[in-house]
Amino acid sequence: MIEKKWYQVVFNSILIIVALIMILPLVLLFISSITNENTLVANGYSFVPDKLSLGAYEYIATNYATIGRAYVISILVTVLGTTMGLFITSMMSFALSIKNLPGSRVISFFVFFTLLFNGGLMPSYVLWTSLGVVNTIWAYVLPFWLTNAFSIILVRSYFSANIPDELYESAKIDGAGFFRIFLKMAIPLGKPILVTIGLFSGLLYWNDWQNGLYFITDSQYLSIQAMLNKMNQNLQAVLSNSSYASSGAVMNLPQVSIRMAIAFVAILPILVAYPFLQKYFASGIMQGAVKG
Amino acid sequence: MKKWLKWKPYIPLYLMMIPCAAYLLVNNYIPMFGIIAAFKKFRVTEGILGSPWVGWKNFEYLLSSGDLAIIVRNTLLYNATFIVVNTIIGLFLAILITEIKSPRMKKLYQSSILLPFTMSMVVISYVVFAFLSQQNGMLNHSIFKDNPVQWYSDATWWPLILVIVECWKNVGYGALIYIAGIANIDKSLYEAGAIDGAGKWKQIRHVTLPALVPSIITLFLLSVSRIGYSDFGLFYLIPQNSGTLFNVTATIDTYVYGSLMSPGGIGRSAATGLLQAVVGFVLILVVNGIVRKMSSKDAIF
Repeated sequence: MIEKKWYQVVFNSILIIVALIMILPLVLLFISSITNENTLVANGYSFVPDKLSLGAYEYIATNYATIGRAYVISILVTVLGTTMGLFITSMMSFALSIKNLPGSRVISFFVFFTLLFNGGLMPSYVLWTSLGVVNTIWAYVLPFWLTNAFSIILVRSYFSANIPDELYESAKIDGAGFFRIFLKMAIPLGKPILVTIGLFSGLLYWNDWQNGLYFITDSQYLSIQAMLNKMNQNLQAVLSNSSYASSGAVMNLPQVSIRMAIAFVAILPILVAYPFLQKYFASGIMQGAVKG
Repeated sequence: MKKWLKWKPYIPLYLMMIPCAAYLLVNNYIPMFGIIAAFKKFRVTEGILGSPWVGWKNFEYLLSSGDLAIIVRNTLLYNATFIVVNTIIGLFLAILITEIKSPRMKKLYQSSILLPFTMSMVVISYVVFAFLSQQNGMLNHSIFKDNPVQWYSDATWWPLILVIVECWKNVGYGALIYIAGIANIDKSLYEAGAIDGAGKWKQIRHVTLPALVPSIITLFLLSVSRIGYSDFGLFYLIPQNSGTLFNVTATIDTYVYGSLMSPGGIGRSAATGLLQAVVGFVLILVVNGIVRKMSSKDAIF
């Protein structure tokens, strides 16, 4: 018994240190965002700053136009991308899960082959640019992330395993029945897998900055992550688009802490939702198990 | 007529496939044909199809510039290191976490190791900047106070920094997969071990680790099949795209992007992308063949 307790103490101590390593950098991000600008410049980033200040957040609150706009774009993109993606993915997966569907082998291969080969960034960049997504909200939604073969295959296996064959047979007799079965049976039955896929997709869209880098040149269309990326290079160029540029507010902005404040605002929705969602993330990773 | 009867009941299903199939066609298939750009001198006004052919010129440039050797070396070495480090630390964490008795602590540890995984690379680059910033960074104000390091132009530490950041962000993902693997191990094996007087360490060595070997190998092989691809955000954002760090931070993916954005670099970008895709294609076929031989249920296809 004593030996057992000894293990628990050692293992717990190691894991507490690990947990701190995982969490503390994000705490530093938050503390930096509420550190007084002069303290920050004099003493550097610190977990225990001499002087706190809400200056960065006050700046965001009074100049909410620029950041608010980016935030709305991020929300819109996440909602649109996730729902559209789930919709087209689940329809394809449903169709492919039906036994004896003529041509399903060919279509499965068509889906699957995208895992094996790709044209690389350059052709995709040229194609999407020529399709006119540049400086629109679709630049975030459409290129790269909407669906992928892996999700389609995962959802298809789930449907095949959980929807009884007799249902398909009865749907086949009256042709239009497939639509009904998809909406009334497949979607509710497939909820666990669809929630998981939707969650990962939502996370991907919220965190995506790459499409903003590739396809957005007009600061008006920056999402919050794309804006953070752009601010990394030039804070003023991004914020000077706000109407306060002329009034000189840009000159006085707390440059160092404001970056951190905007970064913190960007991760806030994830931090708030994480306690509720983490079990779905965990089970999603475990389900997709090795193939993730 | 007969054929039509066979297909007719399925028409709604074909209709349901159309949106997704159309998306894959545009997003995945059409760009595949765009690889011909690797053999062309791309002109924006003429598009990929209209631009003149130049044969292997783009590839010759790649080889002669010496960039290719650097980016291939970096991509392979970093990925190899990530695979080793993440496997070892991931296994270690998974084993520790499953041994924890208190369900509440267990859950807390699990959630905390997965948290960085949910953060975007941009935000992480800000966090890293808080540590490394030349003027305000935490490191230059504490440990390196007496001889501050110019982190974003001094290449010395970057291999270590990138490995730490990558591990911090992604180790939780692998650990969770191993935790799932451990949960599937037959409990009676441990009981039998305990009766034989096997201590914790012996149980881990003789029961847990051997039982995890298949998933370790599968995960390992899958990472190997993607060894030519790197996390663009990690290598582009974390070093702040600093040119002086090119030798230690440039990978195939940052190079593909960098060339795409530099004047006259589009052909080079396409050529690099094509090389990456072809090698990736071969590797995934080989790896899948191996996985299939070892444990067919884990094969990708």
